[in-house]
Amino acid sequence: MKRYLVGIALLTFSGLAFGQDDLMKELESSQTNDVDYAFQTFKGTRIVNGHTVETKPKGTLEFIFAHRFGEVNGGYYELFGLDDAYVRYGLDYGVTDNLSISYGRNSVDKTMDGYAKYKILKQSTGAKNFPFTLTALGGVAYRTSPKKDNVPPGFKNIDRLAYVAQLLMARKFTPSFSLQLMPTFIHKNAVDQTFEENDQMAMGVGGRLKVTKSVALTSEYYYRLNVNENSPYKNTFGIGVDIETGGHVFQIVVTNTRGLTERAFITETDGDFTEGDIHLGFNVTRTFQLGGSRSKN
Amino acid sequence: MKASILFTLILLSSSLATAQKFLTEKGTISFFSDAAIEDITAENTMVGSLFNATTGELVFIVKIKDFIFPKALMREHFNEKYMETEKFPKSLFTGKLKGYTLTDKGEQNVTATGKLTIHGVTRDVEVPGTIVFDSGKAMMKGKFMVALKDYDIKIPKLVWQNIAEEIEVKIDFVYKPMK
Repeated sequence: MKRYLVGIALLTFSGLAFGQDDLMKELESSQTNDVDYAFQTFKGTRIVNGHTVETKPKGTLEFIFAHRFGEVNGGYYELFGLDDAYVRYGLDYGVTDNLSISYGRNSVDKTMDGYAKYKILKQSTGAKNFPFTLTALGGVAYRTSPKKDNVPPGFKNIDRLAYVAQLLMARKFTPSFSLQLMPTFIHKNAVDQTFEENDQMAMGVGGRLKVTKSVALTSEYYYRLNVNENSPYKNTFGIGVDIETGGHVFQIVVTNTRGLTERAFITETDGDFTEGDIHLGFNVTRTFQLGGSRSKN
Repeated sequence: MKASILFTLILLSSSLATAQKFLTEKGTISFFSDAAIEDITAENTMVGSLFNATTGELVFIVKIKDFIFPKALMREHFNEKYMETEKFPKSLFTGKLKGYTLTDKGEQNVTATGKLTIHGVTRDVEVPGTIVFDSGKAMMKGKFMVALKDYDIKIPKLVWQNIAEEIEVKIDFVYKPMK
């Protein structure tokens, strides 16, 4: 009899000891395997000059102030470029989590730009596996320079327009490393055909490497595919440091271009990075929440 | 001798038959952080929990990415800077609930003791709360404080929207009986 009591006691005891773990296993197995989307492949909506796959979450408005100084090889006379300034003021708004629109004004060629950006596919693991995030970008740039009274003969207003279409493909390989490819098509309504084409293509590559939770290094390069042999322009390259402080993202960049629309920085970069035609600059963003965020991803 | 075997069998079978388990897949866990610049609240309504009312065993799983915030940026910071969700996607609790009687209909004060894992750190906790058994359901509520440093959650120096060093966590589970 005693032996049996011991047996019962042991049984009960072991049942108690393992019960919680069994219950946890039971709970784990009852849970559905849901989809984990990669979040924050990039910190902001721009790598250096160009766009990342990121769209603004629904109802958020981001103010971007981008600023490029002159070329550092301007010497002491130009205070190493600091005497000059090229700026873009812009607003990006999240219509839905996957659709953003933006508007900006550039001092270079007094250009206004507008974009629509749509996240088509999202990198995910779990119940749905997809290796990268795909975003489509379409943009229009309207240069208000030259002034109406100063236009050359035969100039029409429609000549001021340029268009950009990009497919942005990015993969977040690790929490700190992301890589992006951006095949780009640019159409300019009017060009000097002695040294450039109306339709120009480029392949961009960019990336991000996080150094700490709030600091990351970014870089991007656009290789132009159909370059006219008389083209005076260079491929654009840039390096940036992203510093995130609360609602701000502060990016310090060095790049060989002063333009901030695709037309300007992909097809009309005149600086040679290796020759010291380097512009110091920064992008400062401030995010505001306008609508409610009930979004899950 | 035979009587004792029979006794054992009866004991075992009776305990199996009456093991009353409760399940929820949509439990709510919310937290509140009182900070200098901005109060931060977040809610997760997708918490899974199992409660064995016969033994008192209680477990729950919280997926960190399911917390919803009033501002999208808070959610980004929470997942990326504080909780490191990619490294530690879940918080877990395994423990026991004490101080209730299954047949009692009113609100009963209970205590849950066990191990709570947040941000990859497991600690022994004791959480006071209440439970109500009503028309086959079990309603469990609890409230406790979590000190970020206990779970090795660091506040990034550059983030000025600091959250409090201690946050208040609320639990609100409505269980259905498990068949």
